[in-house]
This record gives sequence, structure tokens and C-alpha cells, in this order.
Amino acid sequence: MYEHLETADNTENLKRVVVEPVSRVEGHGKVTLLLDEDNKVKQARLHIVEFRGFERFIQGRPYWELPVLVQRLCGICPVSHHLAAAKAIDQLVGIDPVNLPIAADKLRRLLHFGQVLQSHALHFFHLSSPDLLFGFESEISKRSIIAVIESYPDLAVQGVMLRKYGQEVIRMVSGKRIHGTGAIPGGMNKSLTKEERDYLRKDIEQIISWGVASVALIKKVHCSNLPYYDDFATIRSNYLGLTKPDGALELYHGGIRAKNAQGETIMDHVDYCKYNDFIHEEVRSWTYMKFPYLLSMGQEDGWYRVGPLARVNNCDYIDTPLAELERVDFKAHSNEVMVHSTLAFHWARLIELLHCAESIKTLLNDPDILSQDLVAKGEKRYEGVGVIEAPRGTLFHHYQVDENDIVTKANLIVSTTSNNMAMNESVRQVAAEYLSGQELTEPLLNNLEVAIRAYDPCLSCATHAMGKMPLQLELINADGQLIDKLVKGSNGHINRIANA
Amino acid sequence: MAKTITIDGVNIPYEEGQTIIEAATTAGIYIPHLCHHPEFTPHGSCKLCTVKVNGRNCSACTFPAMEGQEVINNAKDLNDDRQKITQMLFVEGNHFCPSCEKTGNCQLQAVAYHLNMLDDHFPLFYQHREMDASHADILIDHNRCIFCTLCVRASHAHDGKDVFAISGRGINKHLIVNSESGLLKDTNMAATDKAAHICPTGAILIKHTAYQVPIGERLYDHQQIDQVSLNTELVDHDK
Ligand code: SF4
Ligand code: FES
Repeated sequence: MYEHLETADNTENLKRVVVEPVSRVEGHGKVTLLLDEDNKVKQARLHIVEFRGFERFIQGRPYWELPVLVQRLCGICPVSHHLAAAKAIDQLVGIDPVNLPIAADKLRRLLHFGQVLQSHALHFFHLSSPDLLFGFESEISKRSIIAVIESYPDLAVQGVMLRKYGQEVIRMVSGKRIHGTGAIPGGMNKSLTKEERDYLRKDIEQIISWGVASVALIKKVHCSNLPYYDDFATIRSNYLGLTKPDGALELYHGGIRAKNAQGETIMDHVDYCKYNDFIHEEVRSWTYMKFPYLLSMGQEDGWYRVGPLARVNNCDYIDTPLAELERVDFKAHSNEVMVHSTLAFHWARLIELLHCAESIKTLLNDPDILSQDLVAKGEKRYEGVGVIEAPRGTLFHHYQVDENDIVTKANLIVSTTSNNMAMNESVRQVAAEYLSGQELTEPLLNNLEVAIRAYDPCLSCATHAMGKMPLQLELINADGQLIDKLVKGSNGHINRIANA
Repeated sequence: MAKTITIDGVNIPYEEGQTIIEAATTAGIYIPHLCHHPEFTPHGSCKLCTVKVNGRNCSACTFPAMEGQEVINNAKDLNDDRQKITQMLFVEGNHFCPSCEKTGNCQLQAVAYHLNMLDDHFPLFYQHREMDASHADILIDHNRCIFCTLCVRASHAHDGKDVFAISGRGINKHLIVNSESGLLKDTNMAATDKAAHICPTGAILIKHTAYQVPIGERLYDHQQIDQVSLNTELVDHDK
């Protein structure tokens, strides 16, 4: 629909507006809008400077370092990298998921639910709620968590407490709130003590009830302006993710399922170790970030979305009762089989948050998490693939090692890379619908950010650049000349640097 | 009457033939050190144990205790110098604690904490050093070697094997192993050797054991190096 905007026919007379990085996404992003002389959007691209350093960091290191090493590559969902790598290196010591000791499997799941809970809480309450509660074009002073705290103190407290609880789950299982240890080849290095379990148990009912309240809130916000929420940055796409063997929502381990925009199955229960046979990554000249697509559908049509929206769309049901009720409601609000609204990512995310809270409760009542039977070992192998549903979507880790246990090859597909094409599509959509023919203003540019933010991209994960980048907007003409520059401070204020 | 020296003004007894560090440890006083180990002949190379003896700088691990010595150990200028020495050790090699499996059990890291080292201060050398992963059970990560020679001494004196030696000088100094191929797998080293367990950093490691000790149960999780050191080395001294 908007494909024509990716490459303008005639770029000579276009002005370039650069938004960099997208604020409140924890990483670097750059939106380039090539404008014509009437300020009409002719070209829209989301640039992500992917730091091609993963492989360099990892190659030459012993494989048992991986779960700890890779979580340092990403400051945003370290636990997901930790666990995806752990699943891959289990195979290097001859352990497939079915052979992992039950206690280790459950502890890893507990860790993962804690991570997804805290990540979703962070994203919704800290990064997105200012936009959702005050509107996307509200004044700058309202678009921060401080404004939320002032206007909705209870909500802000809940957000903080939900996140903190998730972090506490992580701390109990892995030893630290961030960058703990926990997973080792073939298992886990500790179980929970009774005291640790009881400590987590005492607040879980409260956490579940806040989860319920969060879903109610986002549902209210979404449904209060249904046409807008259903149309904003909305694209019809394929969806990909893991599900349980019976089709239930799954975050830690399962087979790959993909459905098309009509909700028809493209593939189901596929072994992710063979991902190379059905996913390819396309390279485009204007960005370092690759564009994965389903081989069977081809480059043009094979791109897909991952993450909460994909998972809640794809699954047949959710195996925790409260989240399942919400899933049914969620699906019912749309008159299509699949929910395509990009802003519905937020809604799906909070349904998952509730699912995590319920699942944590189930695990905390399971005596297996106290068991000391934590590690298994089998025959050494030379290749391992670990796939997990990270907060932002399907995350692939793939390693090869030599006879000395040293990593010779690594390939990672992070969730944000999988959503790359979709984010570009959404940016184009918003640019075409909301920005064409208007003077560029910060609230308008914020609409672009809102679209990108809905995907919750881990930009510093996909583009893990060292050091800091100032937030800046640049106006560059078609000759590549910088003719104007807006610098956004960390307080959200924008300074225009004339004749930069 | 027992012979005595003073350390930071406190009278402590010593026995003939003891070094200052040995006398201090026996008396429950920690002097920061890395290349010193109570079981092996002192080497005196890291200089972390530098104290002032009657106004002169001396290595406490090599200097004999003698009647009438007034030793200054825990003084700001000495600790500042120790911190600088530690920072130099960090920048000379590649010591990335966050992803190192020795973290929490590492003497170099622990001494850095003890000396309140908050950054590297000096520019990193970014040395390119190879790893030797050839041995089935033991890994050498040369990036983390600080040339304390403890493995050299342990292999010689305890294991009777002479697997290790230090070769080269100055910035070209490096650890070598005693085999034609230059690889550890072709030496007679075994994972049970003392030399495989003595490295104060993460340079010599037993394979397949990484991160098995959870956070909270590691050597330096609850006690600083001064306490750990006094607890373990006092026992060693008494052997
Ligand atoms: S390998 Fe370890 S014990 Fe041997 S010299 Fe280097 S730092 Fe010392
Ligand atoms: S401990 Fe004395 S010089 Fe190293």
C-alpha cells in the first residue's frame, strides 16, 4: 500500500529530515523523511545502525561463557539472551529441551516470566503510558513519566511495583536483578530456597490484581477511540512465534508457528533448529539491519511481525484463566481473525503481563522449583540452536564450536530485526497519513516515534553501540547538506540549531 | 621475650626467618598482595605488598622481619600506589570482569574492590593475546595473565612438572608451556595439579565449571579479600 514511499523516483529536490535517535526507545534509531519542496513525505525509512559486533565478541570464546557474555550485548532484555544462549549450549553438552531436568526447566521458565513481566511493565508504564494517557500530540511536559506520576499516582506506583516484582523474581533465580548467572550448560546453578519462594509468594496475588487492572486500563484507552487505535500505523502482516504443542501461548519453548494476515496457517510446530531452512535475511543497501522473511512466501510478502501482538494473535488459547479471558475479549474487539492494529501491541503486551503473573504464581506453588536435581549432561555436540520468545518477540541464537569448546560461528536474529520490515511499514504509513503537507513539528514527529515505540524495539540490542548518542533532528537537503538541526535534550526540550 | 616489630603502630611478634607479610598474617593483619602465596618461595614481582619499613619502601613478601622495624602498611599514599599498580594490571591485559567466569572468585578483582578502584584510569592496551584451549580439561586465557608466576612455582615445587615458564621481557613478557608444540595439551599437566588451581585471575581455568557456583556463594560475595585472605592463608602458614 505504501511501498511506493520507500524509494522516491526523483530525489534531487527532496529535503531530508532526520529524527535521531527516537526518544524513549532505549537505543539508537533514525527516521529519515525525504521531503519535497512542499513538505510532502516522499520517502520514509527507519535506519537502525546495527552493531555488527555480536559475532566478533563471541567468536573465539569458550561456549560456557555464552549465556553470561551475550546478556551483556543487550542492556534491555539480558535474561532473554541469557536463556536463548543457554538453550543453545544445552545442545552442545548433548541436552535437548526434553532432557533438561524438570527443576531446571521450571526455574528457567520462572526466570523468563519474571523478565517478561518486568520488561512489559517498563515498556508500558514508563515508556508508553505518557503517550497513551495524554495523547500523542500532547505538549512535551506531559510526555514523561513524571506527568503520569502527577496525574495518575496509583498507576505510576503500580508500574514501578510490577517492574520491581519482575526484577525480584530475576534476582531470586539468578542471583542479581540484572546480569545474574543462573543457567549453565544442561541446567541451572541453583534452585530456590523455601525462604526465597515464600518471599516471592507473599506479593503475587497483588501483582496479579495489578495485572488485571493494567489490561482493563489499556482496553479502556484503546476502545475509547477505536477507529484511531485500530488504524494508527496499522499494517496487515504475517505473524510468527513459538506455541506449545497444543497451540497454547508459549514464551520459553515450543515449535514455530506462522500465520498470514487472514489467520491461515503458513507453518506450525516446526522445529526451530531448522530455522535456516525457512527464514532468510535480506540485506538492503541503505541500512545495516537485515530484513528476515519466510522463504516459502518470498522476499516481497514473506516478512512477518513478532512479539506480543504476534503471539496473542497466533496462539489458540492461553493456559492461565485470567489472561485467556482477556485474549478472547481482545480478539472479539476486531472483526477480523487477526488483530492488525499496531497500537494493539500495547494491549497484547499487557495480556502477556497478566499471563506472566499468573504463571509465576503457578510455578511458585510447584515444589519442583526447590529440587536440587538441576543439571544433566549428554554427548558433546558441535552445533546448537536456542530460540525463545523474548519480550519483544522470537529470538534466535545459533552457535558452532570446535573440538576445543571454542565458538567458531555465531548467528543471532534478535526480535527487533524480525520486526524491521514491519516497523518500516508502520513508519511509512504514519508518514503518509499524518505528516504529508504539514509543517514539521515535534508532536508530529512524535507520531512516528509512537508507531515505532509500539513495537518496543530493543534498539540498543540490535544496534548495541558503545557510548552515548545525542538526540538530534537534522534537516538535510537532497544534496546531502545539513540545512537545519534540532537537538533534543534528555529533558525533552528541543533546540533548533540554525544554519548548522 | 618474643621479638617484635610494629605495623601501623601496633606491636606484633615474629619468628626468626619470617617475612614481614608472614608475621603480619600470623598477627591477623592483611597486607594487599597478588604474587605472594604462603606455600611458595616469594617472587616479589607485583609490588602490591609494598610497605614502608623505617621510611623505606620494601616488598613485604620478600623482606625479612627484623627487630625494631617500624612498618607502615595501611596508609593513604601506599594504598594510592597499590591502586595505581592494580589499574596498570587491568589495562595491560584484557580483564573484562562482567563476562569473565572467574568473577566473584578472582583475587585481582577482589583486590581492586578492596583498594576502591572505580575505573581503569589508564588507557587500555587492548592486547591481542591468544587463548590455549587445546587441553581437554584446562583452559589458558592469556588475556588475563598478570605474570605472577604462581603457576610456574606451583608446577615446579608442588607438582614436580615444570609445565610453565615466563618468557620475554617488559611488554613482550608472556607465559609459555613446556611442550614442543607450545600447546598445553602436549604437556603432562593434569586438572588435579596445584598449578591448575592457583591462578589469582581467570587465566588458568578448569573447563566446564564456569558459573556453577551461584551468585551469593562465591568466594568474595560476603567477605572482602582481606578477610578471606587471612582466613585461608593463616591455615596455610600453620601447615
Ligand atoms: S597464568 Fe595465572 S598463575 Fe600463571 S603467571 Fe599468569 S596470572 Fe600468574
Ligand atoms: S605480593 Fe609482594 S611483590 Fe607481589
